[in-house]
This record gives sequence, structure tokens and C-alpha cells, in this order.
Amino acid sequence: MEFLINLILLLFLAAVTIGIIGVRNLFAVVVLGGAYSFLMATLLIAMDAVDVGMTEAAVGAGVSTVLLLSALHLTNTEEAPAKHSNVLPIALSLLTGAVLVYGTWDLPRYGEADTAVNSYVGDEYLARSIPETTIPNVVTSVLATYRGYDTLGETAVIFTAGIGVLMLLKGRRRKEDEDEEEERS
Amino acid sequence: MRGHLILRVVSKILIPFLLLFALYVQFHGDFGPGGGFQAGVIVAAAFVLYALIFGLRATQKIISPALLEVAVPLGVLIYAGVGVYTWLMGGNFLDYNMIDSHDPSHGQHLGVLLVEAGVLLTVSSTMLLIFYTFAGRGR
Repeated sequence: MEFLINLILLLFLAAVTIGIIGVRNLFAVVVLGGAYSFLMATLLIAMDAVDVGMTEAAVGAGVSTVLLLSALHLTNTEEAPAKHSNVLPIALSLLTGAVLVYGTWDLPRYGEADTAVNSYVGDEYLARSIPETTIPNVVTSVLATYRGYDTLGETAVIFTAGIGVLMLLKGRRRKEDEDEEEERS
Repeated sequence: MRGHLILRVVSKILIPFLLLFALYVQFHGDFGPGGGFQAGVIVAAAFVLYALIFGLRATQKIISPALLEVAVPLGVLIYAGVGVYTWLMGGNFLDYNMIDSHDPSHGQHLGVLLVEAGVLLTVSSTMLLIFYTFAGRGR
């Protein structure tokens, strides 16, 4: 049953991806991107990664769709037709895809118990988290306590992204406003 | 979107529940899925919805861009401040056991709460600020 659900979700995912490649209207691409994120979130929940699924639904399907739409508001809604031949990019992406698929052959099977991920650090966290921190959700205790340093870094990354957008867009708007005022006077 | 009566009414009903759900995700992060990052995005989404329906200017009256520009670094400072505090109390950086010298598990809970509050502040205000800057251009 779980295999069937995963299969259907992955098929939908592939269909949406092909749709994103084929459609020229950027508005449709953004909406399909939101659908992709929702499917991805459902897949992550099917894999019992509820925290990640929730983040994917909120960030991928929610906020980034809105941000892309508001960016679209500033540009054309139609993708410009390609100026060069598509053969080289298609060959390159097929090659990269083939290398990635080849790489998955060496990965352990999903959910296998005796992999490195499930046997050393993961076990240790599961065994020590609740006695040491008394936080029932191990994901939160790993995120905020054991790996608090990394989460501080992530927060700093978001801070940097915000400052970056602000520096790129806000300064220019002020200059345009001044130009308009000069034109009026 | 002045004329869309249904959208306005429905979003007015939805927004309080969105914010309440964000608070649930924030404070229930110790026990269930969620935490500062997810809650911050939900808070930002609630205000983005308000801005889409009632206009950017009305939203900026509630939360001004100047306020957001203070909130973005403040969240990081709260997070790093907890680390510095545990340092000063004689522990390692971000060693929450040091927050409460009598009951380390209480210190852990308080530390996670404060750190998640910092994440919430930075994430929600950054998302909203990016939306403001994008939506404010082009008109």
C-alpha cells in the first residue's frame, strides 16, 4: 500500500516536472512549482519526516510561491523563446541525471537498519535525547540543542538573505523615486 | 482588491486562526512537529495574505518596514545572546543546562524556547521584508 502511494506521488511529481519544463507561461510555472512543493511535502510525510514535510509545505508551496508571483509582477509573464539550439543543454542534463542515478546504486536501501545513518549517531541521539534534555520531540532537541550551533548559522543565513534583498532592491527604488521627483520639479 | 467581498470576509476570518496556528506550531515544537522556522513562515504568510487582500499600504500601517528592519537582526541577536549568556554562566556556547543551575532540564526547555523565539522573529520578519520590497516596486 505504501509502495503504491509513493509510486503515485512520484509519478505526479514527474508529470509536474515535465509540465514545468514544457510550459512557457511563467505564471503557470510558478503555480506548478507550488504543486510540486505540495507533492514533495506529502512524500516527505509518507516517509515519516513530518518536520521536513511541514517546512516544505510552508516555505516551498506557501511563501516562495507568493514571492515568485510578486517577482513576476515586475517582469514579463511569458518566457522568452530560446535563442540557441537545445541539444547541448538536454545532453548535459541527461548525462548529469544518469550520473546521479548511477550514484544511487551505492546508496543503502531506504529505511535499512544497519546503515551508518541509522546505527551510530542516530541511535545515540535517540537514546540520549530524552534523558538528557527531557524534550519529547527528538527532531527539536537535535535541531536546537545538540546542533544549536548549526541552527544559529541557518538563522544567520536567513538574516543575510533578507539584508541582501534589501540592499539590492530598496536602494534602487529610492534612486528611482528621486529621479521621478527631479522630473516633476 | 476592494470589490472582492467574499475574499475579504474569508481572509478576515482566516487570519486570526493562521496566527493562532503559528503560535501552536511555535510553542508545541518541543512536543510535536514544528518550531521557530515553520511558525515564522506561517506568521509571514498570514500578513502576506492580508497584504494581498487589503493592500500593501494597509499592511505597512500594522507592521512598518522600519520595525521589520529592527526585528531581522534582533532575532539573530536573541539566539546568539542565549549562547553568550551560557558562556558567561560558565558553560559552553549554547549549553542550555547552564541557564537554570538547579534543574538542567528546565534550562534546556527555556533555552530551546528562547532560541526558537529568535528564529521565529528573524524568519517571519525576513520573509515579510522580502515580500514588502518585491511588492513595493513596480508601482
